[in-house]
Amino acid sequence: MARLVILGAGIAGQTAALHARRRLGRDHEVVVVSPNSRWNWIPSNIWVGVGVMTPEQVTFPLRPVYEKTGITFVQGRAVSVHPEGDGDAGRPYVKVELTEPGKTGQEERVPYDWLINATGPKLNFDATPGLGPSKNTVSVCTFDHAAHASKAFDETVARMKAGEKQTLLVGTGHGNCTCQGAAFEYIFNVEFELRRRGVRDKARVVWLSNEHELGDFGMGGMFIRRGGYVTHSRVFTESLYTERGIEWITRAGVKEVAPGEVSYETLDGDERSLKFDFGMLLPPFSGVGLKAFDRSGADVTASVFAPSGFMLVDGDYAKKPYEEWSPEDWPRTYQSPKYPNVFAVGIAFAPPHAISKPMTSPKGTPIFPTPPRTGMPTGVMAREVAFNIVDMINGKATAPTRHASLAHMGAACIASAGAGLFRGTAVSMTLFPIVPDFRKYPDTGRDLGWTFGEIGLAGHWIKHLLHFGFIYKAKANPLWAMVPE
Amino acid sequence: MNETKSPVETRTPFGQTYYPPVPTEFTKKMRTNLFWQLLRFVVINVKILRMVRKH
Ligand SMILES: Cc1cc2nc3c(=O)[nH]c(=O)nc-3n(C[C@H](O)[C@H](O)[C@H](O)COP(=O)(O)OP(=O)(O)OC[C@H]3O[C@@H](n4cnc5c(N)ncnc54)[C@H](O)[C@@H]3O)c2cc1C
Repeated sequence: MARLVILGAGIAGQTAALHARRRLGRDHEVVVVSPNSRWNWIPSNIWVGVGVMTPEQVTFPLRPVYEKTGITFVQGRAVSVHPEGDGDAGRPYVKVELTEPGKTGQEERVPYDWLINATGPKLNFDATPGLGPSKNTVSVCTFDHAAHASKAFDETVARMKAGEKQTLLVGTGHGNCTCQGAAFEYIFNVEFELRRRGVRDKARVVWLSNEHELGDFGMGGMFIRRGGYVTHSRVFTESLYTERGIEWITRAGVKEVAPGEVSYETLDGDERSLKFDFGMLLPPFSGVGLKAFDRSGADVTASVFAPSGFMLVDGDYAKKPYEEWSPEDWPRTYQSPKYPNVFAVGIAFAPPHAISKPMTSPKGTPIFPTPPRTGMPTGVMAREVAFNIVDMINGKATAPTRHASLAHMGAACIASAGAGLFRGTAVSMTLFPIVPDFRKYPDTGRDLGWTFGEIGLAGHWIKHLLHFGFIYKAKANPLWAMVPE
Repeated sequence: MNETKSPVETRTPFGQTYYPPVPTEFTKKMRTNLFWQLLRFVVINVKILRMVRKH
């Protein structure tokens, strides 16, 4: 009997757990360790953040799903990985701090034969003084952050209804943030709601981000065919902002947020500040801070995790200049080089480097996006890793045979620009590959046949379909496996 | 809905919003035109499904 332990029950963890459970015989055990008792469809947090959905609509309890599917659930936070066991036990295990009501704070050892780290990001608000929902800005990264953001947004709207002018600021709260797409969706939904609530004329809406240009999204932007030209996503994005009267500030690394005022450094080295009444600034992401110990109890964290806290896998982590980056730097199997029975998927794996060209201000501050890892590639890599492990458990393979490199995979992304069955719109995008390959596609880095973007009501319907489809799938309802990643 | 002035009306020479292309009324209408969007719904879904199948 083999025991597969999955750390995290987000998009990656849930996908891996359900696929592994479906393919593995009942004599093998699948265990999920996660601190939250509810699953969250994170992309719809955007709608919670403007009051269009409630936290209950974007979450569901995990335990009944695991009881139904035969997955063991340990409600707790992994603290350390012991891939060689320890003095008394040679079997690898994970040390978990329980968060289950009644057992909170207790420690438990969870032994494993195979381990998937799908712990996602630590929302590193502390990297910027004053950043975050417990300080001077709101966030939409979790469902309760989003509910808090919605309340703050309502208060801002109420002030506008009382005749006050307000500045609403949305973007990234640090020079090295990723996930610009989420902030993009939020600013468009905020702007849409301001119009719907009849107060748009009272609002100054400002975008602030670490991207070099609008439309970069941490992937160097993308080129698309449009109107007989091949244009960069910057043109398309600037058009969307202009049309909505949203101002933009790019190349900005936020240094500090005081109540109602953000200070930032630009790539030129200028120190600037901006006053605001409502601010949603994303935090930078890091790994969740797992430690690793060898059999003797020596700390081997530095050989298992990158300094960012993300797990080292089969990527090429050698430091090299942008000009020497290659698609082959990107991991294919997500297997730890040090411990072959350990894998990391989703946001938890360490990318070899950024996708957008790294830029530094004259003062030495890095101001550029780190690479995004969106839902679709996260799901695909989690599924492929689960299948590889199942094959190895079943003796069909001795090493991973399936690959899921971001340099050989495409992505589809639907970014909401306002909710409403007949008036809502969303930007629909596909691109291939996610990591551009300028040797294969010298002018654009990507295949123009597979890379496109457009805005319209159809995108909003698709976004809704994804909301219901993915929640249906994550609940392991009948025929869930037919819903593609 | 409370509409903002169109960017073309508010464009300041050499300002940020002076240069980007802005959609015509026809383009904007088509974004929420039910028949056109139903067609786009099918087309975009097919594109996405083909992309997913690619892996
Ligand atoms: C607001 C927002 C909107 C987004 N919108 C989109 C979108 O429209 N489309 C898209 O493709 N992507 C979108 N994304 C990105 C998408 O949410 C991520 O790609 C995806 O969530 C990554 O999945 P993951 O499983 O790696 O991490 P997560 O979904 O964050 O899951 C991590 C899991 O690990 C658990 N965990 C954390 N620490 C521990 C620990 N120590 N031990 C055990 N478990 C732990 C967490 O509780 C959670 O269950 C959005 C992201 C945000 C923040």
